[in-house]
Amino acid sequence: MAMTRASVVGGSGYTGGELLRLIEGHPELELGQATSRSKERRTVANTHPNLRGATDERFVHPDDLEPTDVLFTATPHGYTKEQLPELQELADVVVDLSGDYRLDDPAAAEEWYGEHPNTELLEEFVYGVPELHREEMKDAELIASAGCNATAGILALHPLVEHDLVDPRVVLDVKTSSSAGGAAASTASHHAERSRVVRPYAPTSHRHQAEIEQETNLDVDITVHAIEMVRGLSVTAHSYASDSLEEKDLYKAYRGTYGDEPFVRVVKSRRGSYRYPEPKVTEGTNYADVGFAVDDTGDGFTRVVSFSALDNMMKGAAGQAVQCMNIALGFPETAGLEFQGMHPV
Amino acid sequence: MSTAECPVCDAEVEPAWEVERGEIIDCGDCGAELEVMDADPLDLEEAPELEEDWGE
Repeated sequence: MAMTRASVVGGSGYTGGELLRLIEGHPELELGQATSRSKERRTVANTHPNLRGATDERFVHPDDLEPTDVLFTATPHGYTKEQLPELQELADVVVDLSGDYRLDDPAAAEEWYGEHPNTELLEEFVYGVPELHREEMKDAELIASAGCNATAGILALHPLVEHDLVDPRVVLDVKTSSSAGGAAASTASHHAERSRVVRPYAPTSHRHQAEIEQETNLDVDITVHAIEMVRGLSVTAHSYASDSLEEKDLYKAYRGTYGDEPFVRVVKSRRGSYRYPEPKVTEGTNYADVGFAVDDTGDGFTRVVSFSALDNMMKGAAGQAVQCMNIALGFPETAGLEFQGMHPV
Repeated sequence: MSTAECPVCDAEVEPAWEVERGEIIDCGDCGAELEVMDADPLDLEEAPELEEDWGE
């Protein structure tokens, strides 16, 4: 049976590298091309050393991109905004991992990501969180894979929305890792500066909040900290309910929403060292772990604390993009994504 | 084998072996340790929690 050819635009970045790793291990895919301006003609494995022995491909210039079955675009925000019409000509399915086509509303897209020359294409994209858009994703040709913080926030909050348990205003505290900043170095990412920080780098606003609001219809306030992790992120969301809630109500809601999901695990345990979602448990996997706690204040409202943890490069980017592609092309949803992670890490 | 609801999270608990009164089993969903109050029909209560240091 013929393999499906998948190429990656922006293959030298961290997310691009994860896509290449997943393509190499996918039972239905073969790697077409990986593009990079800065690494043109150099071996993929030289940039992504974990792929030594897995591929002898070399990066090509984006202008040399050939037609393919599937195209993953792992480029900085702004690239596909301009280039999508041309890229679309080259592939049956495009999965864009940037923020350029995630927002449905043209005004919101321009508010958060600047002027957009192809706003008419926004409505053609399916938002790339399978747990919310699986049916629309089947046979989709354009998918906007969701942001890492957004995915974690949406998955933490979705059961509360679906079961109408909380008031609409929520506050998200996000702790994120250095790889979320991409492969390009900056003064702030210099080891001496970045190591051991607990840096509030987005204290009152982050672009991903627009995605969370779009998908949950909640009013989201967000604070993002950069902390001492290479991969992974953790979301703690605080919401309030006018009604009294018990933990059993939350168990029922989270189980009801995610009971059949292959990549969302409800983590709330009475015992052990990992009682709530913990990012390092998800490293290298496509899992998002979600959990919750209830604080019944006794003064007329209940605080619900929701947690989510995932690998920002996987369920927060490349893994989720492959999951979306699996659905779009009719492959088993878990194909190429079965890794369970490691313990201890 | 009879089943019972976990008193903590309402998950269905179905022991894979014959349990006896007084035995401690755990819930596969929430990890609660449950004492078998009666084996047939199965009746479970949350076992008293020992204070434990889990890393903080």
